[in-house]
Amino acid sequence: MSEPPRFEPPISEVAEPFWDATREGRLLLQWCAACARPVWYPREVCPQCLGSTLEWRESPGRGVVYACTVEHKAQTRALAAPYVVALVELDEGVRLLSNVVGSPPERVAVGDRVRITWEPLPDGRRLPLFEPVDRAGA
Amino acid sequence: MSLRGRAAIVGVADAVSPTGELDAHGRALEARVVREALADAGVTLADVDGVCHGQSSVGLAEYLGIHPRFTESTNTGGSSYEIHVEHAAAAIAAGLCEVVIGVYASTPRSDRRHGRSREFQRPPGPNPTVEWELPYGLRMPMGPYALAASRHMAEYGTTSEQLAAIAVSTRAWAALNPRARYRDPITVEDVLASPMQSSPLHLLDCCLVTDGAGAFVMTSAARARALGRPPVYVLGAATCHDHSMISQMPDLTVTPGAVSGGNAFRQAGVKPSDVDVLMGYDSFTITALLHVEDLGFCAKGEGGPFVEDGRTGPGGLLPMNTNGGGLSYTHPGQYGMFLIVEAVRQLRGEAGPRQVRGAEIAVAHGSGMVLSVMSTLVLGTEGALS
Repeated sequence: MSEPPRFEPPISEVAEPFWDATREGRLLLQWCAACARPVWYPREVCPQCLGSTLEWRESPGRGVVYACTVEHKAQTRALAAPYVVALVELDEGVRLLSNVVGSPPERVAVGDRVRITWEPLPDGRRLPLFEPVDRAGA
Repeated sequence: MSLRGRAAIVGVADAVSPTGELDAHGRALEARVVREALADAGVTLADVDGVCHGQSSVGLAEYLGIHPRFTESTNTGGSSYEIHVEHAAAAIAAGLCEVVIGVYASTPRSDRRHGRSREFQRPPGPNPTVEWELPYGLRMPMGPYALAASRHMAEYGTTSEQLAAIAVSTRAWAALNPRARYRDPITVEDVLASPMQSSPLHLLDCCLVTDGAGAFVMTSAARARALGRPPVYVLGAATCHDHSMISQMPDLTVTPGAVSGGNAFRQAGVKPSDVDVLMGYDSFTITALLHVEDLGFCAKGEGGPFVEDGRTGPGGLLPMNTNGGGLSYTHPGQYGMFLIVEAVRQLRGEAGPRQVRGAEIAVAHGSGMVLSVMSTLVLGTEGALS
């Protein structure tokens, strides 16, 4: 018996470019044209200056684990515990909630370098996840 | 205009049970604690001209058959009830109303047993939480607090043993409270041996799930002095929030309590060392640890060493959560009402075996949502006011 698919996030109107880019494995971030700062999560106006000119730019998807937890009971049947939920701080300075995969859960620690990896969703979009950067190979 | 000493809490009541279940629910339970709080205050329903409720002050007022001229339904999760006291004090001080009731009741435990529907209602999408957080399986409510604990540990070297010490001290208070859900003493080892939930939080780092209800009655300082019970004055009250989703919290080791606490203390004209009893919302051990730091009882990052030797337990220098807290007394989902009820009982000298001798100043510090909304009340006796 296969697990039910992962919860498919809805697509807000403002985030359509973000989700479209995930189909090609590209991570987009909004940047405010007025104050030149990245914005996460996607929105219609900049939370610093209320400027409404927000540009999409591609991110290399590299960052560091800012905080993490190993869930020992799954919140949803789509995930098999134990698994890691982390706040990843991208090098641009914004923090995303995500999963860190590709490592034994208990080995993931605050301060670890991570990079983007993608999990396919049933509708062709991909969900941004992170995996440890292999220090030797990085 | 400062709120200091302008309004007072004159009646309180709460309904809890060592079984964790109550035999009433909904409006009937709310009406029960309102009746008890009014009787405690020595006022009648006809005197009430202001109503606070975390879901619908309008529905409650209709059920009780009253026509309030001050109505308050702010819902910030667990800190709603501290905010209700803050707003009611301001309304009373401004002359908008004179006698205000606040009430909370929730019965998750018996609802589940009796099959009353309490299904998790996913908020309608798209909204930011559903779009950006729900897919990742962060367990609610403990997940965000576990993230905060992991960050505090990494940044300051805080240990699981230190977090456990909070649960141990809180249980020691519960042992003195016959109405507490759990009263058997526990050790740091017991906490660490309890099943891991969201690392680094163990089961005994997490609050209970119980039925519970509570109510307060507030009035002006002048009217309070004419009533039979010792008034508990609002000396200071302040609120702050800085995020809704955990990914948007500016610094996971600093809550907006660092703002609300300082503002409430300044208004009250007191400092942390003046506080006799701290009722600090303990949804999880890490929550209480963050309060101790953010309210200024110790420096940022020093909460672990501060709590580890029983300082917050019976006989300690900072009595914290003397009713047994959300960890061992009761936690029906939004615990903030019980902080207020216990602070008032301590300041009136009615806390029985757990009474903090000579308590004159108490802090009720509510925490709502995911460390999102902090509201701090500094409460004091007539002696503290003069």
